[in-house]
Amino acid sequence: MSRKLLLKNDHIPGIATLKTYRENGGYTAMEKALKTMSPDALLEEVKTSGLRGRGGAGFPTGMKWSFLAKPEGVPRYLVVNADESEPGTFKDRYLMEHIPHLLIEGMIISSFTLGSNSAYIYIRGEYFYVSRILEQAIDEAYAAGLLGKNILGTGYDLDIYVQVGAGAYICGEETALLESLEGKRGNPRIKPPFPAIAGLYGCPTVVNNVETIAAVVPIIEMGGAEYAKIGIGRSTGTKLISASGHINKPGVYEIELGLPVEEFIYSEEYCGGIKGGRKLKAVVAGGSSVPILPTELILKTAAGEPRLMSYESLGEGGFVSGTMLGSGGFIVMDEDTSIVKNLYTFSRFYHHESCGQCSPCREGTGWMEKILHKILEGKGTLKDIDLLWDIQSKIEGKTICPLGEAAAWPVAAAIRHFRPEFEAYVTNPESIKDVKHYYRLNPTV
Amino acid sequence: MAQTTDISFKEETLELIRKITKRYPDGKHKSALIPVLHIAQAEFGGWLSPQTMDLVAEVLTLKPIEVYEVASFYSMFNLQPVGKCLIEVCRTSSCWLCGAEDIIDHLEHKLNIKVGETTTDGMFTLKAVECLGSCGTAPMMQVGADYHENLSIEKVDKLVDGFKQENKQSRYC
Ligand SMILES: Cc1cc2nc3c(=O)[nH]c(=O)nc-3n(C[C@H](O)[C@H](O)[C@H](O)COP(=O)(O)O)c2cc1C
Ligand code: SF4
Ligand code: FES
Repeated sequence: MSRKLLLKNDHIPGIATLKTYRENGGYTAMEKALKTMSPDALLEEVKTSGLRGRGGAGFPTGMKWSFLAKPEGVPRYLVVNADESEPGTFKDRYLMEHIPHLLIEGMIISSFTLGSNSAYIYIRGEYFYVSRILEQAIDEAYAAGLLGKNILGTGYDLDIYVQVGAGAYICGEETALLESLEGKRGNPRIKPPFPAIAGLYGCPTVVNNVETIAAVVPIIEMGGAEYAKIGIGRSTGTKLISASGHINKPGVYEIELGLPVEEFIYSEEYCGGIKGGRKLKAVVAGGSSVPILPTELILKTAAGEPRLMSYESLGEGGFVSGTMLGSGGFIVMDEDTSIVKNLYTFSRFYHHESCGQCSPCREGTGWMEKILHKILEGKGTLKDIDLLWDIQSKIEGKTICPLGEAAAWPVAAAIRHFRPEFEAYVTNPESIKDVKHYYRLNPTV
Repeated sequence: MAQTTDISFKEETLELIRKITKRYPDGKHKSALIPVLHIAQAEFGGWLSPQTMDLVAEVLTLKPIEVYEVASFYSMFNLQPVGKCLIEVCRTSSCWLCGAEDIIDHLEHKLNIKVGETTTDGMFTLKAVECLGSCGTAPMMQVGADYHENLSIEKVDKLVDGFKQENKQSRYC
């Protein structure tokens, strides 16, 4: 199942340059789109492809685009979300660093479809060196007449700008991102209105993930119907997976949606199995905010079907026995991993990243972090485990943005599937004194 | 606006700021604030003093409070002085799974400071930070704009000794 659309050329030396990218078929989809297709026809292709947002939520891209308001005389914007801060996720970085022109080509086609003449790439500040790679590629594209006024003589104008952030996970949430791009604190906006109606500078705006926009290129190249044949069911196409943790071959892999999870973890083509030949304990399949699953539920569904890498299969069983594809941040933990300690790193993260606007999120995330710390120190009680459960259940659905849920779900799932481990920490703290919480790089330290 | 600070940007920096401001529609120059704060932080010693923030406000014709509230929101802006070379080690899940705590322990010993502190000679500040998008090459640390990945104790020693020798100034931009 090794079908590659986005990373088919990433191994070619010099593919980050315009020259090599074009020699390998780059910018032909864009030429086809601008010279031979109408925006409406392009939108139809994207709808037909079944492409779903690759940033985490999996919302159908064609549908999102069709919501864009088009009032006369008001500019529209395409904003690419390159904030990529969900722990476990590093695929957008890989794509932008290695094949920057794929993103730019996708942005030109997408902006033309949406009727936008300015587009921004909002990239996390820590990826500063990647922003330089993008800027170089954009300069090359301007010099070749692929950006700017009257692109390739078609009468279409487009400018692309790169905006760097400054360290804030919340700026990946699309309305916080827009606030940040307007030069403000990254506080998510209350919705509605949605960005499609009032986004950047109050104008109609589409925000899409880097990978989503890059996927528009093969869709226009091969046609939406052909793209829709790849993958499985409503999970069409390919997906970039960021694989990390206790595996032999961490890295970014492009998979055809529908690949069995077991094959992804154990085959030589992908993760290459668990480090040191150890046993698998648990996987966080879609970035830190999705529910963690123990081995038996990540390899097979509760009904005993093989679990597949797709939106539907990973979601099978809901939150009782399933999880989500999310951003594709696939974190693997072996038999010696402390689930409690791993959860603590997540809870500390969400507490640190809460913007502080809503009390359930601001207070709840801090409280959960504190309780987990207490449990790890061997000072917790059984009541603390119930309290954790209670707090997380009171955040969900009561906040302005989904960061609240993102902080609550990992806590709920860890307790749901690993309660005995939490109990061991509080009933017999002595027993965990020597637990190897993580790998010691060098045991003598 | 009245001149409130006695520091100023270099002429080429002002030129760069004017260029950045052109990326946004007329009247939306506030969008330049974060990029300009990065530049200001790099130009004035790796942190944003009130004086530096006032200068940014002046140059972008914003109210000082608009600058303070933004500078205090984002983790890459330092509102207190930091060492010449800022070392940021990721401590989130994937890095933790691959030994980030050993890297942090080792740096604390080596530099003789705790996380969040600066060495007495003002050379190094050590920070533990959240996921930097380098989880597949964990453990990792960022020093200015540079990513240092797949760290081992030996690799960290070599890097830090090198920074010391070259008297490295870390900068994001
Ligand atoms: C707290 C939070 C953080 C997010 N971070 C990101 C991110 O880093 N990158 C991203 O593409 N989407 C992120 N999202 C999702 C965006 O809000 C938005 O749904 C996405 O950019 C839409 O693009 P897509 O439809 O192409 O996926 C985040 C959402 C939330 C609630
Ligand atoms: S849920 Fe959390 S991050 Fe989202 S707006 Fe509320 S306080 Fe901010
Ligand atoms: S967890 Fe450390 S870089 Fe992602």
